[in-house]
Order: sequence, then structure tokens, then C-alpha cells
Amino acid sequence: MRETVISTNQLTKQFGDFIATNKITFEVYKGEIFGFLGANGAGKTTAMRMLCGLSKPSSGHATVAGFDVNTQPEEIKKNIGYMSQKFSLYEDLTITENIEFFGGIYGLTNKQIAEKSKDLIERLGLVKAKDQLVGSLPLGWKQKLSFSIAILHQPKVVFLDEPTGGVDPVTRRQFWDMLYQATENGITVFVTTHYMDEAEYCNRVSIMVDGKIEALDSPDGLKKQFNANSMDEVFYQLARSAKRSDN
Amino acid sequence: MHVFRDRKSLLMLFGLPIVQIVLFGFALTNEIKNSKIAVLDYSKDNVTRAITHEIEASRYFEIAINATNKNEIEETFKKNKIKSAIIFPSDFENKLYHLHKARVQIIADASDPNTATTLVNYLTSIIQNYWKEKISTAAVPLQIIPEVRMLYNPELKSAQNFVPGVIALVLMLVCVMMTSISIVREKELGTMEVLLVSPFKPILVILSKAVPYLALSLVNLIVILVLSVYALGLPINGSIVLLFAVSMLYIITALSLGLLISTSTASQQTAMLLSLMGMLLPTILFAGFMFPIENMPLPLKIFSNVVPAKWFYIIVKSIMIKGLGIESIWKETLILLVMTLLLLILSLKKFKVRLA
Repeated sequence: MRETVISTNQLTKQFGDFIATNKITFEVYKGEIFGFLGANGAGKTTAMRMLCGLSKPSSGHATVAGFDVNTQPEEIKKNIGYMSQKFSLYEDLTITENIEFFGGIYGLTNKQIAEKSKDLIERLGLVKAKDQLVGSLPLGWKQKLSFSIAILHQPKVVFLDEPTGGVDPVTRRQFWDMLYQATENGITVFVTTHYMDEAEYCNRVSIMVDGKIEALDSPDGLKKQFNANSMDEVFYQLARSAKRSDN
Repeated sequence: MHVFRDRKSLLMLFGLPIVQIVLFGFALTNEIKNSKIAVLDYSKDNVTRAITHEIEASRYFEIAINATNKNEIEETFKKNKIKSAIIFPSDFENKLYHLHKARVQIIADASDPNTATTLVNYLTSIIQNYWKEKISTAAVPLQIIPEVRMLYNPELKSAQNFVPGVIALVLMLVCVMMTSISIVREKELGTMEVLLVSPFKPILVILSKAVPYLALSLVNLIVILVLSVYALGLPINGSIVLLFAVSMLYIITALSLGLLISTSTASQQTAMLLSLMGMLLPTILFAGFMFPIENMPLPLKIFSNVVPAKWFYIIVKSIMIKGLGIESIWKETLILLVMTLLLLILSLKKFKVRLA
């Protein structure tokens, strides 16, 4: 049995009459890439916000990195990394300054920051650009930098909310290589995406429809289960039944 | 159809002229009505009583207090209860009939020079009008000589009036706009989300946003003060420490207002517009340095009480121009303090709600 990093039990979030996330139960194991799929409005973001300790569940339980989302959100925050769909570094700071800032927020010492930032900048091949403002970088680079900063403090889990939106296929592929590298270092990746080719790269995939998890398996398992040739077909079969998608 | 569907624009289209007409037409007159005056009558004869009666009967004045000595008048001035005072010396009627002239002293609070001048003019004309009726029956020309004393601001410099106003306005604008825009910008960029997911405490996020602007605003305040002292020759009669302490409080009021705006808006433009429309206009109109609040209709008078700038303006004027201490402004300071606390609690609560 592999070590469990995220585990939810009947996790529910309700806004008035609207049940955004309806009793979802699943587990994510250490070192895997877990794809969290669903049409727009299916409740992915809400679920993710609860797991990040940003939003309190209406009912149900969940633990992330061994901490309870209901009672220990602050502990969770120390042990996770987060990258949102919007690019979220300070555009008017340089690359180095951004690394220093976020390193500082996560309580790294100056020495650690200096080491890591040197290492990171070299690895990304940004030595020349290290004093450039982040705002002037191409989008692909920004995303890579953003991810590297999200895992700067060696979190147990990193949450990625549609990290590759608007990025070209080549850069996307490179980005996924970075994700694999991170998992080799023992970091668990929890990622939402709309790209089905990316879903194929995940170790396991869950698909949410109308606030519920309708399917959860490895991409191959899902294809077999739904008798489909690609993840695209699997997703389409499930999403078609959705009542509240906005497409 | 498109025009009619857009309710907000329609509201602007028709609402704005109505609001402006009402505001500028009724509320914001420079004419002064029912200004509070103190009367000190050492003589208590027929003439002084008649003049006092005339003053009371006019719509410009309202007798707030019948003083018995000069100290009492000074005290009421300090408490901001009166804008002017008239003092009849003893034996007024006697002197008038036997020496053919008598002096009357008029004192006006000239920290607002326009109002002071107007008040003095009203008073002298009331006395003269009264006297004209009388004089036709007298054989010898009799004279009442008004002696005017402009309190706090003998040279009637208008700077004395507008500098405190400008301080109130600039601090309010800079603080509200800067905080709200800077926080909303983080929201727009998505960095706010990342900060919130980090172990960094939300309260610290807010504090780290507010502190630089607090410092910048203090610099701003110093610049304004230095300019007004050295370029406009304005004195700072009261305690500088007190002035800074109260300004800090006011800056915090403005910062919490900015915070409140930022928690309820999603885009920088809205935040900017809201702080401009919501702050600039009320501050200019209701702080009291452009249009005297005393003359406004009751609803607007009541509304002016929630404008922090009004209280701050009174405080700054009291400290800078009148040289008064904390004992004369504690009420205004307390109001400002309560406002600040309320705003802070409200905005922090809203900030939390957004997270839940």
C-alpha cells in the first residue's frame, strides 16, 4: 500500500442552495500526478480551494499532507505549493526578487533562498535574464518559473490550477517534464486541466460532473471502462450528461 | 433599447443632474443662515436690547449664549460653539446720547475668513439699519462705531482656511486610492491568491500593504506642512506632536476605508472610480472648507457627520490655526477613532468572509 497524501471523505461545499462539491471521496498517493478533470463549473476549483485550506468544507473531512482541512488549515498551507491559472508572480519584480519574496514568505532562510535561487535559475537557463522584470518574459517561461517557485520550499503536494492555459504544445510538453521531475523528488502533483492530451500523462485521473466524481482511474483503466479510444472520448461521454456545465 | 437596458448608465444619466442641482442649488450656498453668535451686554439698556433683538430676529443669526464676561466668550470660541460675538460696553446708551458716539466690539472666528467677513458685514449692517431708523429722529448725528476683531487670523489669509482642507483631502485621497488599488491589483494579477495559500497570515498581507502607504502619507503630510509654513507663511500654533498623532489616526481611517473598498471590488478601475467618486466629492463638499456645513439642509448636515474629513478638518484647524490643545478636540478625535475602529472591523470581517 502506498502512502496517502490527500484523502477526502464525503467532502462537500454548499453555497446556499447550490452544492458546488457534492460528497466527494478519493485518495491521492505520494509521488503521483493526479489529474483533476471536469467541465467548467463542475466544482473543481471549489474542491481545490478546500484542499488548500482557503475555504472551509460545509461537511465531510479531508486531510492533506497529514493535516485536517477543517482544523489545521495553517499547517496545510506550510506543506503545499500552489500555482493558479492566472499567472501569479509579481510582474514588476525581477526573477531573483520574486524567488526571494516567495522564499521568504514560506520561511526559507536567506542562505537557503540564495542556494535555491542560483540552482533554479541555472536549471531553467535564465542566468542572463535573472535581473529582468518577470513581466517581460514570454508566457511559457513565466509558467515554468511560477511552478519552480511553487515547489521552492519542497512541499509535500503542489496544486496546479490549469497551469498550461494558453501555452504552446512544445512548452506544455516541457512543463510536464518538470512535473515528472518533481514527482521523482517525492512531490505529489495535483493538477486540473482542460487538455485531454495532458490527462493522458497523469498517473490517475478523476472526472467531476455536477459536483460529483463520476470516474476515477488510470487513463488506460478509464478508456477500458468507457470503451473509448482516448481520454477525449471518455471525458465527452461523461461531460455530456452534465446539467450545469456552461458549454 | 440598448440604452434603456443599461440601468447603471441610465441612473448616471438622470441621477447625476438631479443630485448636482439639489446639491449646488440648495445645499452648497455661501450664504450664511442661523450662525451661532454670543452676546455680551455690559450695558443692558434700551439701545443694546433693541440691537440684540434685531440680531435675533434676522435669519442670519441665532443667539447661542448670553455671556456675562469676556472669558466666557473666549471659552465658547474654543469649543467651536460660536462663529462670532458682539460685545456692548457699559453705558452704551448714555455714551451714545452724550458723547454722540459709542463703540461696539465685534469678534469673528476668522479661521474661516470668508464666513468671518460675511458675518461681520451682516452684523454691521444690522446695527446700521437699526440706527438709520432711529437717527432720523435725533437732532445731532449719532454714531455707532463697530470695532472688528478677527480671531485667530487677523490678516484674513485664505490659506489658513484651505491648507487644513487640502491636508484632509490629500491624505484621504492618497490613502484610500492607493490601498484599494494596490490590493485589488494583487487580486487581479492572482498574486493575492498565492499569498493566501501561503502560510503568510491574511492580516499580515493587509498590514504589509498598509504600512508603506502610512509612511508615504506621513511624508506627504510633512511636505504639505513645510510648504504651508515656509511658502504660505502659515503658523503652526498648536502642538506638532498632537497634529501628527491625529493625522496618523486619520490616515489609518483612510487606509481602512481603502481596504473596505478593495474587499468589495474586483477590478482596479472600479476601485479607482469608487474611491474617486466616493471620497473626492464628499470630502470636498462636506469637509466644510469649501461650503460651510452650517448652511446645509438638515439631511446633508447629518450626512456630513459620517465624512471623516469633516472631523479631521476641524481638528487640524483647531491645532494649526487656533493653537488649541487636546482638551478642545477630544470629541472630534474620539469620533474619528470610533469611525476608524468600525471601518477596520468591517473590512477585516469582509476580508475573512471572502476567504471562507
